Amino acid sequence: MIRVTIYEDQCKGCGLCVRACPRSVLAISKTHLNKKGYYPAEVVDLSACVACTSCARTCPDVAIEIEK
Amino acid sequence: MATIFQRTSVLTDKPFHYCPGCGHGIVHRMVAEVIDELGIREISTGVAPVGCAVFAYNYFDIDMYEAAHGRAPALATGYKRVHPDHVIFTYQGDGDLASIGTAEIVHAAHRGEKITTIFINNAIYGMTGGQMAPTTLVGQKTTTSPLGRDKDHCGEPIRMAEMLATISGSAFIARCALNNTPNLIKTKQAIKKAFETQIARKGFSMVEILSPCPTNWGKSPAEAMDWIQDAMIPYYPLGVMKEV
Repeated sequence: MIRVTIYEDQCKGCGLCVRACPRSVLAISKTHLNKKGYYPAEVVDLSACVACTSCARTCPDVAIEIEK
Repeated sequence: MATIFQRTSVLTDKPFHYCPGCGHGIVHRMVAEVIDELGIREISTGVAPVGCAVFAYNYFDIDMYEAAHGRAPALATGYKRVHPDHVIFTYQGDGDLASIGTAEIVHAAHRGEKITTIFINNAIYGMTGGQMAPTTLVGQKTTTSPLGRDKDHCGEPIRMAEMLATISGSAFIARCALNNTPNLIKTKQAIKKAFETQIARKGFSMVEILSPCPTNWGKSPAEAMDWIQDAMIPYYPLGVMKEV
């Protein structure tokens, strides 16, 4: 079991995690704004995740935590 | 269930003030993780630059200095000579290191100071509004080169890593990039190697990091990462320039 936690109030919606993910696990929200006023990244397909940590490594705001 | 990736405690909880997609946050994390992994937190000190990363001292939960513009290597020199058993790093951008602070960095390297420099090269002056830097590529449009950098008028961009690698006092000089996952892993390995070089007292160590500035490049964060690959890396080749 894998758990990807995105601390959405730290997220600035830059989308680099979405770009880095090789399995399309993440997407930028189209409807939900965070406290900063950005559309944050969110997990859309956790079943595809292999916990490669590419998203967390590229996140400029260190907003992603991964458990396995 | 084990945590395999989380924010290191060497970073404070304060959110970064950087623009979305900025490379500074990524490098802050790597430096903090390296300090954590090497177990040198209690003896580590950083020197923040003038530039976008001027508030770096708010983000690292270790002792930090704030140097005058470009003078971080001089400050680090003094600290290291008073505390030779401590670990000190300077964190500098291209306006700080390659422009106003060129004399300091060249002579710190030349003296073989046992310090580590993290050099963020984003080919532009970020904090002041996107002016042309010494590292701006030929043809690159900035607010002070609206038609693109002209080689005949401004010369070609300066390659700091190659220059410092020719100096006898330097011990580890590398250039890395943040544009994809393999390069991110190599960047962190290079930062770790640079700190280990200092701990082994071999001499001056520097890692130059090609970093995105989406705001001042006028690109999206993803386009900025592609621009590093397509435009910057051909002019600024990656790799270890020197290792003794």
